[in-house]
Amino acid sequence: MSEREALFSKKNLKLLSDPLNSSNPITVQVLGICSALAVTAQMKPAIVMALSVTAVVALANVIISLLRNTIPNRIRIIVQLVVIAALVILVDQVLKAYVYDVSKQLSVFVGLIITNCILMGRLEAFALGNKPWQSFLDGIGNGAGYGAILIIVGFFRELLGSGSIYGFRVIPESWYITHGGFYANNGMMILPPMALITIGIIIWVQRSRNRKLIEN
Amino acid sequence: MNRNGNIYTFVYASVMVVLVAALLSAASIALQPKQKKNTEIEKKQNILASVHIETTAKDAEKVYAEKVIKSYVVDMNGNEVEGDAFLVDLKTEKAKPLSERKLPVFECQTDEGVKYILPLRGAGLWGPIWGYLALNEDMNTIYGANFAHQGETPGLGAEISTPIFEEPFKGKTIFDESGKLVSIIVAKSNEKAPEQHKVDGISGGTITSKGLQQMLADDLNNYQNFLNKKKMKP
Repeated sequence: MSEREALFSKKNLKLLSDPLNSSNPITVQVLGICSALAVTAQMKPAIVMALSVTAVVALANVIISLLRNTIPNRIRIIVQLVVIAALVILVDQVLKAYVYDVSKQLSVFVGLIITNCILMGRLEAFALGNKPWQSFLDGIGNGAGYGAILIIVGFFRELLGSGSIYGFRVIPESWYITHGGFYANNGMMILPPMALITIGIIIWVQRSRNRKLIEN
Repeated sequence: MNRNGNIYTFVYASVMVVLVAALLSAASIALQPKQKKNTEIEKKQNILASVHIETTAKDAEKVYAEKVIKSYVVDMNGNEVEGDAFLVDLKTEKAKPLSERKLPVFECQTDEGVKYILPLRGAGLWGPIWGYLALNEDMNTIYGANFAHQGETPGLGAEISTPIFEEPFKGKTIFDESGKLVSIIVAKSNEKAPEQHKVDGISGGTITSKGLQQMLADDLNNYQNFLNKKKMKP
């Protein structure tokens, strides 16, 4: 009983919840921005990317944490890279086999998970010095923090840029100018610059609610 | 054990690499059949798209089996030769001398009669481009076209795979009045070319557009004997 409690102790839960808000990898640490701009034009790829990164960072954290006492210090970065690269290739292969159309959309960005700064950052800063379970929670937390921002950005970009949510049309066809209505999609929302601005707005909102995050 | 020693480091790295290599090979082998199936389905979808039949990944196989009534391989003289048209890999065929090349043909039953679909492959700006051209029974008028690419610039060359570029191919002809093969000219709107042989190129995608024009000219030329033969006795 006492052991089970320890699994989700307050300290451990903080590992899960902190990255969602006060130490969010995208809005606070400003890591993993490039993929956040590239895959958020629609919600579906954003969600798949979020799941992929979460799976890779959580598993990599656990593996590195298990190995942490054996890894030779001089090649630790290379060991981390090999672990990440192997997991990313696995994810890529699985996507190709089971969700081919999404894998085509994500194309090069799945491979680029390898260079996602969040991964190396968590391995180097957390997994190398902590036990597997804590590392796992930290990985899930950071993946979720990253994914949450991706999905929020994807939601607004798809809604305003394509008039749909997760591929389902929410703005009636008859509203569009081409069908005699008054509405047009905002083409800017589909382009990466608006993703950056959307993330900027999210950072603004977050900092105005959580004043501790504002730098002096 | 000295964890910072050379021997430990070396052995550690070697063992790790071997283990990871084995793991990845196993995964690759295990998932390959499924991945191959996916690319096959995509190919079937592309073939059907060239005759304006929209399919989803789920029903593509069924529709393909229903609509594509015949497929065969011809040589440069237009004679039928042995081989499975669907399995012909254009990339390897292109490396062979013309006389040994296998040229696949797909016959597809549509609401507007039988269409002849010819696969194409050429070079864009950054990588290969490919596609399917569907001809009417006169072996001259284009019924539809579907193009794809590996890595053309999004918004520019990549536009070749959009309906905006593909639609205008419908109704164009590839032979002139005297029966000479002129293929299709992909040109700027102010460029002089007979209207029935011309489609609009893509602004900012000139190299891809020209590559596509070259692909059509080269590949249709290879099929020329087959097309002429079919024209004689449909």
